[in-house]
Amino acid sequence: MTMQEVIKGKAYVLGDNIDTDQIIPAKHLVYSLSDPEERKLYGTYALSGVPEKVAGLPKGNIPFVPEGDHRSRYQVIIGGKNFGSGSSREHAPEALQIAGITAVVAESYARIFYRNAVDGGFFIPCESTQRLIADIKTGDDLEINISAGTLKNVTSGKSYGLRPLGDVLDIVTAGGIFAYARKTGMLKP
Amino acid sequence: MGMTMTEKILARHAGRPRASAGDNIWVNVDILMTHDVCGPGTIGIFRKQFGPNAKVWDRQKVVIIPDHYIFTNDLHAHRNIDLLRDFVKEQDLPYYYDVGTDKYKGVCHIALPEEGHTRPGEVLFGTDSHTCTAGAFGEFATGIGNTDAAFILGTGKLWVKVPETMRFEFEGPLPPYLMAKDLILHIIGDIGVDGATYRAMEFSGDGVMSLSIEERMTLCNMVIEAGGKNGVIPSDAVTERFVKSKTSKPFEAVADDPDAHFHSVRRYKTSDIQPTVAKPHSPDNRGTARECAGIRLDRAYIGSCTGGKLNDFVAAAKILKGQQVKAETYIVPATTEVARGLATTMLDGQSLTEIFQKAGAKLSQGASCAACLGGPSDTFGRLNKSEVCISTTNRNFPGRMGSKTAQVYLASPYTVAASAVTGVITDPRDFL
Ligand code: SF4
Repeated sequence: MTMQEVIKGKAYVLGDNIDTDQIIPAKHLVYSLSDPEERKLYGTYALSGVPEKVAGLPKGNIPFVPEGDHRSRYQVIIGGKNFGSGSSREHAPEALQIAGITAVVAESYARIFYRNAVDGGFFIPCESTQRLIADIKTGDDLEINISAGTLKNVTSGKSYGLRPLGDVLDIVTAGGIFAYARKTGMLKP
Repeated sequence: MGMTMTEKILARHAGRPRASAGDNIWVNVDILMTHDVCGPGTIGIFRKQFGPNAKVWDRQKVVIIPDHYIFTNDLHAHRNIDLLRDFVKEQDLPYYYDVGTDKYKGVCHIALPEEGHTRPGEVLFGTDSHTCTAGAFGEFATGIGNTDAAFILGTGKLWVKVPETMRFEFEGPLPPYLMAKDLILHIIGDIGVDGATYRAMEFSGDGVMSLSIEERMTLCNMVIEAGGKNGVIPSDAVTERFVKSKTSKPFEAVADDPDAHFHSVRRYKTSDIQPTVAKPHSPDNRGTARECAGIRLDRAYIGSCTGGKLNDFVAAAKILKGQQVKAETYIVPATTEVARGLATTMLDGQSLTEIFQKAGAKLSQGASCAACLGGPSDTFGRLNKSEVCISTTNRNFPGRMGSKTAQVYLASPYTVAASAVTGVITDPRDFL
C-alpha cells in the first residue's frame, strides 16, 4: 500500500490497551499468510478476541466483521492508549488490513505493533493529539487528511488534530521498509 | 556526554563513534531468531522480496527454534513446522532445533542462552516480543515482526530508533520469600503497561547483581509488559561464566559511561517489596499476595519463558514438597534441558519430578510454550472455560491463556506453589 492523502471511512471504536491477542487470538496464528484464500481467515477473525461488551464503543456488542465474511464494514479504527500491546505477531496489523482497515487513529501505540504497521505498510498508524474514544461513535463517517494532520468526523462535524508522522513519514510514504530501501538505493530495485 | 549501554551497543553495530537516544540508525545484526508461529510468514516475505533463489545473509547468524504449537493435533500447526524444515534444508542452516529429534529444545528465549546464542555486547532480534529476555546477558535484544525479520534475513541490517534508558536500581539482596518476578511485577505496577514505551529498561544495583542468570532473565523478560523496547543488565562475572560455559565465540562486554544520560532513575529497597501479583486482565493491575489472599482458584500453572526455568521449579518444589495441591496444577518445563533437570535435581532426597507427582500436579510430556498463549484447543493446560488461574507466565490479557472468560493472576513460582497447595491465593511466607 502506498500512502493515500485523504482517507475516508466508517469508524470502529475501541478502548485502551487493545493487545494483539485481542486483535488476533493466538489459536488463529496457524493460517498461511501467503495463500490468497487462506489468508482471508485473518480478516474473518480480526478483533475476535475483544470482549463483546467493549467491541464497537460506546454501545458495544458490535461485531467488527459480519459473520461468515472477511471484510469489515468499518475502515478506520479509533483506539485509546497503548494500542497493539503484547506480542510481536505481525499477523495483528495484517489481519486488520485484510479486514479492510486503511488507518488506525489511537492516542498512543505499543512500539512493535506500530513498527510492524509502518514497516509492513499495512495501514497508516496515526496518533491523535487528544482522546477520541469518548467523542467518536462506531459507525461515524470519518475523513483523515494526512498532510494537513486532521481528522474530521463528518457525522458530528467536529475536527481533531493528528500528530505528525515524524521519523517514519518516509517509510509510510514509500509503503513499507522494502519499498523505502529500494527507493533510497539500499536494495536493488 | 557519555553513552548508556544500549546507546553504546547500537553505536558499535552501526559503525559510529556514538549514538544518542532519538537517533535513527541502521545496525548490523548478530543473531536473528525466529520460531514456528512467525517463521513461515517471515520466510514468505523473504522469498517474495529477495527472490525464490535468495540466500540468507549469514547462515551462522540465523537461529530457528520451533516452540509454540508443538504438542497439538492441529494440522495447520504441523504444516508450519514443515515449512521451517524445508527452509532450513534449502538454506543449510546449522542452528535449527527440530521437533521430534534429539535437538528439540522448547521455548526459544530459554533455548537461546542454553545453546550459546546470547552474548554480551551483541545485537539480537527475534520475531517474538519476549526476545527482550536476552538483555539479561548485557546485550541489546528486542522483538520484531515478520517484515523486519525478512529484511534482516536478506540484508543483515535493520533500522532502529535509539531508545532512552530508564534505570531501575534495587538495593539489598532478595529476602528469601521474594523472586525476580515480584520485582518486575512491582515495577510494572508503578509505571503501567505503557510506562516504558520506546525506552530501554536497565536493571542494576546490588539487589539485581546478586541474582542468578535465570532470575535476571525473568526481569528482562517482562519489560515488554511495560511497553519497553529492550531490557538490559550490565554483564559481570556471573554472566561471563554462564556465557563461556555455552559458547567459545568471542564477545566484548559494554558498560554505561559514568556520565551517561538516563531518562529517569528509580531506586527500590528489596526489603520494602512484598510478594506481588498482577490481577486480571493486565500485568500492571498490581496487588500483593496478602491483599488477594483467599481468592478461590481452579488452577495453578508453572511454565513459560518467564516462570518455567529450572530455578522456578526448584522454588515451587520447596513449597510443594510433602504437600497435596488443592487447585489443579500444571507443570510445563520451558526446554528439554529444564525437563531433564526436573528428573535429576534433588531436594532432600527426592527429584523435582517426584515432588510434583506426589503433590498431585500434572506434568507436561514435553517442553513448549503450551498454555502460556492459549494455543490450539487441545493444548496442555489451556483455559477452555471460565477458570480462575494463578500462573508464573507473563501476560494475563483477556483470552491470553485460552478462553476470554477465564481470569489469570500472575505471580512468582513461590506464590503460585503456595496458592496451589491451599486452593486460594496465598502469600508464600505462610510456607517459607
Ligand atoms: S512461553 Fe509464552 S511468552 Fe514465552 S515465548 Fe512462549 S508464548 Fe511467548
